[in-house]
Amino acid sequence: MKKLISAPYLLWAAVFIVVPLIMVAYFAFFDNGKFTLEYVSSVAQYSNIFVRSIWLAAVATVICLIIAYPIAFILTRMERSYQSTMLMLVMLPMWMNFLLRTYAWMTLLGNNGVINNFLGFFGLGPFKMLNTSGAVVLGMVYNYLPFMILPLYTVMEKIDVSVLEAAQDLGCNSANTLMRVVLPLSLPGVMSGITMVFVPAISTFIISRMLGGGGNLLIGDLIEMQFLGNSYNPNLGASIALVLMVIILLIMTIMNQFDDDGDRVLM
Amino acid sequence: MKKFFAALMSLTIFAVLLAGCADVEISEEVIEEETEVQTLTVDNPEYYTRFKDDNISINVYNWGEYISDGSEKGTLDVNAEFTKLTGIKVNYTTFATNEELYAKLKGGGSSYDIIIPSDYMISRMIKEDMLEPLNMDNIPNFKYIMDKFTDPEYDRGSKYSVPYTWGTVGIIYDSTLIDEENIDWDILWNEDYADRILMFDNPRDAFAIAEIMLGYSLNTENPEELKRAAELLKEQKKVVQAYVMDEIFDKMGAGEALVAPYYAGDAVTLMDEYEDLAFTIPESGTNLFVDAICIPKGSSKKEAAEMYINFMCEPDIAYATTDYIGYSTPHSQAYERLDDEIKNDGISYLEDDYIEEKTTVFKNLSDEANLQMQTLWTEMKSAEEETPNKWIVPLFMIGCIIASIAILIRRHIRKKKDIF
Amino acid sequence: MALVLLFLYIPIFVLIVFSFNSTKSRSVFSEFTFDWYIKLFQNELIMKSLLNTIIVAVIASVAATILGTAAAVGINNMKKIPKGIILNVTNLPIINPDIITGVSLMLLFVIFTARMNFEFGFVTLIIAHITFNVPYVILSIMPKFRQMNPHLYEAAQDLGCGPVSAFFKVVLPEIMPGIVSGFLMSVTFSLDDFVVSYFTSGSTSQTLPITIYSMTRRKVSPEINALSTIIFLVVVIVLVVKNVIERKSMIKKEVKA
Repeated sequence: MKKLISAPYLLWAAVFIVVPLIMVAYFAFFDNGKFTLEYVSSVAQYSNIFVRSIWLAAVATVICLIIAYPIAFILTRMERSYQSTMLMLVMLPMWMNFLLRTYAWMTLLGNNGVINNFLGFFGLGPFKMLNTSGAVVLGMVYNYLPFMILPLYTVMEKIDVSVLEAAQDLGCNSANTLMRVVLPLSLPGVMSGITMVFVPAISTFIISRMLGGGGNLLIGDLIEMQFLGNSYNPNLGASIALVLMVIILLIMTIMNQFDDDGDRVLM
Repeated sequence: MKKFFAALMSLTIFAVLLAGCADVEISEEVIEEETEVQTLTVDNPEYYTRFKDDNISINVYNWGEYISDGSEKGTLDVNAEFTKLTGIKVNYTTFATNEELYAKLKGGGSSYDIIIPSDYMISRMIKEDMLEPLNMDNIPNFKYIMDKFTDPEYDRGSKYSVPYTWGTVGIIYDSTLIDEENIDWDILWNEDYADRILMFDNPRDAFAIAEIMLGYSLNTENPEELKRAAELLKEQKKVVQAYVMDEIFDKMGAGEALVAPYYAGDAVTLMDEYEDLAFTIPESGTNLFVDAICIPKGSSKKEAAEMYINFMCEPDIAYATTDYIGYSTPHSQAYERLDDEIKNDGISYLEDDYIEEKTTVFKNLSDEANLQMQTLWTEMKSAEEETPNKWIVPLFMIGCIIASIAILIRRHIRKKKDIF
Repeated sequence: MALVLLFLYIPIFVLIVFSFNSTKSRSVFSEFTFDWYIKLFQNELIMKSLLNTIIVAVIASVAATILGTAAAVGINNMKKIPKGIILNVTNLPIINPDIITGVSLMLLFVIFTARMNFEFGFVTLIIAHITFNVPYVILSIMPKFRQMNPHLYEAAQDLGCGPVSAFFKVVLPEIMPGIVSGFLMSVTFSLDDFVVSYFTSGSTSQTLPITIYSMTRRKVSPEINALSTIIFLVVVIVLVVKNVIERKSMIKKEVKA
């Protein structure tokens, strides 16, 4: 009887989660009802876009991790009363629409933008910053950094201070404590942080369009182009989406291996 | 922590102070500009009252920056005027390229009542049965359209479309920094201006430029020629700063870029605002386009849409449009009213000889050529300048797998230890 | 730490400063003005899409919360294997990139529109928003069940409660924090979503993020900066109020203890 109460959701999930994904596969393999491998095989043509997307997303993820890890650690070592305020300060930008945040970087990075104007006072520049891969990575880091900080903070907060003290009592120096105690204990947070940054970064099309100048397509751009952009071809678009999904699933499976309890730390 | 707040506070105070100073300045400097105030009178007001009390709305899908929206003093807000006159609300949304419009109509389930595609896209849509034939009885103002636009090649007999504007493609450049004579399309490949060049972000316009340079027809369907044009565009990639459409207004205006190909009408608008910019139409030829108003299949409010089309052809509205957006008008009355200065500026209204000899109108290409152009375009846009190490990604993934296996093994060993 | 905060806030500060700039320049500040704010409030398109955004967010998150709560209760009572399968399906929209959720729903809706007389608009948009919101609601409720004493419900029934009143009197209060946080999460995601809305909205139901996107693709007006400033202020106020309330309730709890 109590199971029945979830029936509406099960129906909903079937129609709006499972069926649409089947539709993607259908469009990838069937053209007007005829089975074809043409579209899926032509995805190979765009393998350089896949390489670039994975590469840029990976770089952004690593940078996020490098910045976020110490931040999260410092946060947990702060006084209680500060902690929540600081955490709020870190998360606050995330609440602003990401289009506006990305747009802000557009105005900062331009040849005549704020940064180059500022450097101009000292006779430096102008540097070419906008419309480069670097700008795209910067946009990803800026937009997704909180996604890395939050799960890291959540796991680190749970680490008992006495465990660290115990490690030090038993002869670990701070570096050793960090490596042998904090790091393994925070691994689930690291993993969920990585997925929470990597997945949106690999599939973005706004950041690359606004900061990358349109000459550096990412997978997201490619998919968007086939559905609502300059080269209408939903079959090809569905094929690319399918391949992207498989890649992400693969990466997630690898990530899950690291995860001790299979527990994801969600926001 | 406290330091940060202090810095924040001082920053804010600084900003407020700065603002305060500026505030004083503004009051001293009063800018008064003489502007004529546009008004609207229509030929036949009764015609527009049919839907007055029906509380309906139409969905208009137009190019960005392609209508007078009353944002400048004294200009008409065309959509607001239409609602005031007819009681029909206007849902106004914009697109950036013909191809985007096509994709949205073809793939999306959204329905529109008014769209404004260009010539070649109109013939493609007619061919694919995507447009409603118009009932000209509902569009009496069609009589104002100049004769040379009433029987266009893309829509013989004007069954599906009413011309809205026309124009040519040329080169906008910063005349203070580019001091060259006889600017031609090859300036867009000039390495002296590397990273200061903008380029069209749609395949048809971009290919056209390459095709002119190679001496091909703008409507070539020859696969070899298309390939060569794509290669030329690929070569250009290293000097191009960004591929843009209407972002050009900001980039050229703010001095981000020095040179860009764009539509003459927008060049007029830009030059009005920024004195340094200049525009030229290359001697080697260019594309002449006509954008026309159509009603897509599936529109449920065809009569209201026809009323909108008729409204757009009201002399006052057509004049407001061409005056605000800067594109050339096919409307005889609106043209009459333009200043001689504009008629003879050599940008908006070219001499007939040049049009005859040097300009080409796009035609709809065959499906194969369209598909090839699309594929080449995507390939061109995704081409690498500097190839990153391709093996880095596989290596990265292999690394991940090895690491995960290592952890698994370690965990396994630990578990065994735990047992003992 | 301070460096990271600077990195996070400088772009926003620059946006805010230039919302008061009298010229359209985005790098040189000339004179102070409030004009862009006035223009913003007169801009019908922005105001209409703001209203659309709020309507969609409210309807979608209320529906998602109800659907999700019911689902969580049901799933909690399932056997291990079906439970695992369903939770994995529920995870899909969270794991999948937005663009794939958007594209797949778009393909589904296109089939609908072709078969039935139906067009993209509020309905498709709300369905899409509910779809990506429900998983978050379920995931924030499920842990509450784990923390709850499973015998509570039985105890209530032993003491004479019917199954329904036992649920409302005992179970619901226990999982309430999960429901509330799920609801708040849904509202946030709905308000902020661009990608899924971009693929599933029609011509009449543009949300604020979509309008912002089309603004950035045209001649950009400092209205967009003014809009950012207002959104930023609203966010700051909401968060501060939320924190104050939380702190007060924490102090109360401490006093009680």
